[in-house]
Amino acid sequence: MKRMILLSLSITVLCLSSCADTTSRSTGVYMLLDTSGTYAAELEKAQSIINYLLGTLQPGDTLAVARIDTASFSEKDIVAKFTFDTRPSTSNAQKRAFRETVDNFVSSVKGSPNTDITGGVLQATEYLNETGAGQKYILVFSDLKEDLVKGYHRDIPFQLNGIKVVALNVTKLRSDNVDPREYLDRLEDWRLKVEAGVGRWKVINDLDRLERILEGS
Amino acid sequence: MILRNLIIWPSYPMLSAFIWIVVTVLLLYLARRPAHHAILSLSRVVSNGFRLASRSVLLAEKRVAHRNREVLLAAGKEAVERDIEREFYRVNAVVQRDLQSYPTLHRSMSDLVSRIDQDYRENTETPPSPPGWIKAVEAVSKIPSTRDTMVTNILQDIHKTLKKNHHDAMEEYKNVSRKRHAVLTKMIPYWRKLTHTVDEVGKTITGLIERGNVIDHRMAEYEQIRARTDRAERTLSSSSMTQFFISAFVLLIATGGAIINFNLIALPMSEMVGGGSYLGPFKTSDVAALVIIFIECAMGIYLLESLRITRLFPVIGALDDKLRKRMIWIAFTILLVLACVEASLAFMRDMIAADLQALRQSLASNIDVAQPANRWIPTVGQMVMGFVLPFALTFVAIPLESFVYSSRTVMGVVFIAFIRSVAFLLRLFGNMARYLGSGLVNLYDLLIFPALWAESHLKNRKQTTKFKPKEGIPI
Repeated sequence: MKRMILLSLSITVLCLSSCADTTSRSTGVYMLLDTSGTYAAELEKAQSIINYLLGTLQPGDTLAVARIDTASFSEKDIVAKFTFDTRPSTSNAQKRAFRETVDNFVSSVKGSPNTDITGGVLQATEYLNETGAGQKYILVFSDLKEDLVKGYHRDIPFQLNGIKVVALNVTKLRSDNVDPREYLDRLEDWRLKVEAGVGRWKVINDLDRLERILEGS
Repeated sequence: MILRNLIIWPSYPMLSAFIWIVVTVLLLYLARRPAHHAILSLSRVVSNGFRLASRSVLLAEKRVAHRNREVLLAAGKEAVERDIEREFYRVNAVVQRDLQSYPTLHRSMSDLVSRIDQDYRENTETPPSPPGWIKAVEAVSKIPSTRDTMVTNILQDIHKTLKKNHHDAMEEYKNVSRKRHAVLTKMIPYWRKLTHTVDEVGKTITGLIERGNVIDHRMAEYEQIRARTDRAERTLSSSSMTQFFISAFVLLIATGGAIINFNLIALPMSEMVGGGSYLGPFKTSDVAALVIIFIECAMGIYLLESLRITRLFPVIGALDDKLRKRMIWIAFTILLVLACVEASLAFMRDMIAADLQALRQSLASNIDVAQPANRWIPTVGQMVMGFVLPFALTFVAIPLESFVYSSRTVMGVVFIAFIRSVAFLLRLFGNMARYLGSGLVNLYDLLIFPALWAESHLKNRKQTTKFKPKEGIPI
C-alpha cells in the first residue's frame, strides 16, 4: 500500500515538474543615467521614467539604475538595483525603497567630467545576463555623446543577444544645431553598434509616450 | 516546345493544326464506341459507389436513431419513475404526518361530538308541568257568587296564592333558561374546534387528491413510454431540448460567477504561491485560484449527490444513509472552509489592490494619497462575495446534471442530422457522377461531330440508293 502511495506521489511530482515552464517570463531593465556636464540637469525627467517603470514592472521583475560617468564599467556606478519579490505586498515595499534611493541620488548627484556610455552598456549587459530575465532592456538616458578619458579602451563589440537598447531623451547639442548631421550620425553610429551586437535599437525622445519603452518590438 | 514539335510544316501552322484536328477527330471517331463504354462504366461505378455509401450511411442513421430512441425512452422512463417515486414519498409523508394520527383525531372528534350532544341534551327546553291545582281553581270558580264575604276572601286568597306561584314559576323558568344559555355559550369553542379539525382534514384530503391526480398524469406518461409511442418520444425529445438550452443558459451564468470568483482570488493567490512562477503558459497563482474554484464545484456536486438532489454518481446515491450523512457533513465542512478562505483572500485582495493603487498614485504625483472615506464598504462587499460565491457555485450540479442528460439526446439529434446530410450529399454526388458520364459522352460526340455528320450523311445516301426506284417501274 505504502509503495503504491509513493509511486502515485512520484508520478504526480514528475507530471507537475514536466509541466513546469523553464522559459523565464520576467523582465529585466537596466537604466543608465548620464550625469555628465549640462545633461545632469535632465535627471528630473529620468525620475519620471523610473517612476513609470516602478509602476509598470511586475513582481519578480528586475530594475537597476546606474550612472554614466568617467568610467562606467563598474558595479560602483549602480545607484539602485532590485529583483522585486514575487509577493505583491513585499514588491510594493521594495519599489517604495527604490524610489527613495533614486530621489536621494538625483538630489545629491554631481556632474562627471567625462561620459563613458560604452562601459555602462557593457556593465548593463553583464548584469542583465546574470538576472536570467526573459525580456531584457537597457535604457540609455543620455545625449549619446561619448567623451572618454585618454587611455580608456572602449572599442569592444557588444554582445547584446536578446537585449533591446532604448535611447531616451537624446537631446540635441549646440553643435548639432549648427550641423544636424552630427546628431543623425551619432544616432546612426549607436544603432549600428547595437545591431552589430545582435541587439535591437530604439529611440524615444517623446517622454509622453513612455509605454513604448517596454513594447515588444 | 511540344507544340512546336507538333507543327508538321512550320511555314503553315494552320494547316498543321487542321491536319492534327482531323487526325484526332478520326481517332476519336474510331474509338467512339469503347470510349463511350468506358466513360459510362466509370460514371456508373462512381455513381453506384456513392449510392452504396449513401445507403450504408442511411442504415447507420437508422441504427443511431433507434439507439437514440432507446436512450431517450430509457432516460424518460427513469425520470418519470423518479417523479412517481417522489410523489409517492410526498403522499407517504402527508399520510404519515396528517392521517397517521387519524385515530386520535377521530377520537377527539367523537369526544367533541358527544360533549356537544350532551350539552345539547342538557339544553332541551322542558315545558313547565301544568299545576295540579288547576282543577281546584276550576271548581272554585264554579261556586256561584252570593256576595258572601267569606267566599270573596277565599277567592282573594286563592288569587294571591296563584299570583305568587305564577311569579315563582316564572323565576324558576328564567333561571333554567339562563343556565341553558350559559351552557350553549360554552359550546361555541367546541363547535369552532370541530369546524377547524374538519377543515384540516378536508385540506389534507384535497392535497392527497391533487397528488393522486399528478400521479395519475405521470402514470399515463409512464404507460406511454412503456408502450414506446411516437407521442412519448416527441414529448421527451422536446423536453430534452428545452432542458438542454435552459441548463446551458444557467451554466453560462454559473461560468460568469466562476470568472468573478476567479478574479477575486487570483491576485491574493500570488501572495501565497508567488507571482513569478508559471505552470506551462499559465501563472501558478492563476492555476491555484482555478483549482480552488474547481474543488468548490466538485464539493458542491458531492454535496448535492449525497443529498440525493442530483444523480450524476449512482455510487454516492447508493451509499447507506449513515455514510451518506457523513459525506454530506464532510463536503459541507470543506465548502465552509473554502468559503472562509475565499473571504479572507478577498480581504487580502482589497488590501493589495489598495496598496498598489497608493504606490502608483504616489509614483505619479510624488504625494502620498490619503485613503478615501468608507473604504470598508467595498472590502466587506468583496468578503461577502468571496464567502457566498462558493455556496452559489454548489448549485451548478443541478443544471450540470440536466445538461449532461439532455446533451445525450441533443447530440444524438445533431448527429442524426449530420448523418442525413452526409447521406444526401453522397446521393447527390452519385447522381452527379451518373449525369456527368452522360454529359461527357455527349461532349465526346460534340468533339467528333464532323465525323458523325459524315457518317450519318453516308448512311442516308446508302439508304436512298437502296430504296431508289428502278427506271420503268412505277412507284
